[in-house]
Amino acid sequence: MANFFPKWTNQLPWKLVVCLGVLGASVTAGITYYFTPKYTRVGYQPTQPVPFSHALHVQQLGMDCRYCHSFVEVASHSNVPSVQTCMSCHTQVKADSPRLTAVRAAWNGGKADGPPVNWVRIHQVPDYVYFNHAAHVNRGVSCYSCHGAVNEMAVVYQHQPQSMSWCLDCHRAPENNLRPPGEIYNMNWKAESPEQQREMGLKFKEEWDVNPPVSCGGCHR
Amino acid sequence: MADASAARTTAELTPAEQAVIRPPLVLNKRTYGWIGNYVSSIVEDKTPIWWWICLLPCVLLTAVLGFCITYLISTGVGVWGNNHPVGWAWDITNFVFWIGIGHAGTLISAILFLTRQKWRTSINRAAEAMTLFAVICAAIYPGLHVGRVWMAWFLAPVPNANGIWQNFRSPLLWDVFAVSTYFTVSVLFWYTGLIPDLATLRDRATTKIKKFFYGTLALGWRGGNRQWRHYEMAYLLLAGLSTPLVLSVHSVVSFDFATSVIPGWHTTIFPPYFVAGAIFGGFAMVLTIMIPACAIYKPLHDLVTVSHVDKMCKVILFTGSIVGYAYIMELFMAWYSANPYERAAFWYRAFGPFWWAYWSMMFCNVIAPQIFWFKYFRTHLVWVWIICQFPNAGMWYERFVIIATTLSRDFLPSAWAQFHPTWVDIWMFIGTFGLFGTLFLLFIRFLPMICMFEVKAVLPEADPHHGEKH
Repeated sequence: MANFFPKWTNQLPWKLVVCLGVLGASVTAGITYYFTPKYTRVGYQPTQPVPFSHALHVQQLGMDCRYCHSFVEVASHSNVPSVQTCMSCHTQVKADSPRLTAVRAAWNGGKADGPPVNWVRIHQVPDYVYFNHAAHVNRGVSCYSCHGAVNEMAVVYQHQPQSMSWCLDCHRAPENNLRPPGEIYNMNWKAESPEQQREMGLKFKEEWDVNPPVSCGGCHR
Repeated sequence: MADASAARTTAELTPAEQAVIRPPLVLNKRTYGWIGNYVSSIVEDKTPIWWWICLLPCVLLTAVLGFCITYLISTGVGVWGNNHPVGWAWDITNFVFWIGIGHAGTLISAILFLTRQKWRTSINRAAEAMTLFAVICAAIYPGLHVGRVWMAWFLAPVPNANGIWQNFRSPLLWDVFAVSTYFTVSVLFWYTGLIPDLATLRDRATTKIKKFFYGTLALGWRGGNRQWRHYEMAYLLLAGLSTPLVLSVHSVVSFDFATSVIPGWHTTIFPPYFVAGAIFGGFAMVLTIMIPACAIYKPLHDLVTVSHVDKMCKVILFTGSIVGYAYIMELFMAWYSANPYERAAFWYRAFGPFWWAYWSMMFCNVIAPQIFWFKYFRTHLVWVWIICQFPNAGMWYERFVIIATTLSRDFLPSAWAQFHPTWVDIWMFIGTFGLFGTLFLLFIRFLPMICMFEVKAVLPEADPHHGEKH
């Protein structure tokens, strides 16, 4: 038999195996890092039509989440406030601020029939996911668990990946996120320690009979 | 120790001795050199005209298949006729049909190898190739049946951002594992067996491209003692690995039906009856392809002899009878179970709107192959080819009867409905035959369709004892 292949090809198989292995590992690692919601969604911080600061309203002025997001306890949807809610203060406070131009336009001198403020939506689950805010906040899950420290955000951004596996992390072990009912809207509340959180969470889980669905039909109805 | 009879020629043996002597596996005293030259020449000679004439329709049909798949993916799975209550229809029928055909290859290559049936050597290569091509055709259907094809990777247990795993209690998932294992092992087995022959083609190659092509595929095979020892061990291990797969793959496919609670599906007889049916249909397809191939390359009749065909017909007769027994046992159990729903399901199969499919199945699978009891029909190739078309058609009808007729009668009479295939169903099915034919024609043209080195090993010259009794 003649040698058709030069000598260096003897080394080719293992080199190919190594290169393909490195390539495969890089592609896997790259996709895992760059193409999952942890990367694609967390940190999304669009410019809003009105430079509303949660840090100012919540942290400095001490307003409760429910003052504006008024239906969160009773509805599946947590509403963005209507312009009346804004103007209940801003007819008096900073009434002429240029930053509130869009809000005043919507208010239209009290008729509230102007062009609505086009807030840019940040947290969005797919249409085939049914998420109920009321079911969560009334059973010990704080705003903080899903939205992060909104009270410290001058401009709101997405704090958690809100991917399916992230949802399931909590549905499979809700004790890590259950807190006393009085502290649901307290964005500064912290458990004393992870152990204490777990112990307390297990207690609440037992007492309130928290059994989050982990079947498909729980969320994809 | 050699005894005196070893020195005598065949003609000098007593009639009793002649009766037990085995007929040669290779006729016309073909030599090592002739086998190597002839089988290689099929690949090396100028492409014959018939090959192009056969390839053209096959490629066109493959293009039709490609068009149908593109149309299905871009429009949605609703372009098939599947609808409530017949959610599984031609797609699953065709899947099981093709998977079944794939069974003959592994049976011939693995079980006949382990049981030392030397007649397998001249047909195993083509039968295994057929297995692979049939599994490729089969895999198209469940891949599209998932609906959103781009999510088909969900079939594989890969960690994902959804934090979920497959349902390991579902026979559909077992099916994914069974079929992918089967395909992987079949590819390895087929390719391992090809290596020494690829090296032969490499050594005979005249052009640079051929040298590179066969040289790369031959993986540096030089035919040394050590390489042969490794080869034999690897082949034996792969045969051992494939053997349970012959039985397991179609058993698992049958679990798709048998583990459900649908009357007509929920029976324990399904796994053995599916396996027998798969071997039955697979052998029929091997003969359907090998008989024309040998008719074109006439000297191959010395390697794939009438005796080979005769043996394969016997396998068809045997497995066909098992299938017939299973059909009758299903009917018996429907009656004997005294379960009105089971009885209704079988009554509906035989006398409902799909009666023609049921009785076609009965005729093609149970009655038609019985003609192989007559040696005349097992040894005349035209007859064999014609009769083999009955199992080919019958096995498709079987799957259609099991799937479509059973589902069309749902639990509530208000949900009953007939199944009607759409043009996409029909052309995809025809198109897979085009794909199968294309792959097989490419195989004949570019790879040795007969396992040269194994056939050489069954020649009398390869036996160092020359028939000595010890």
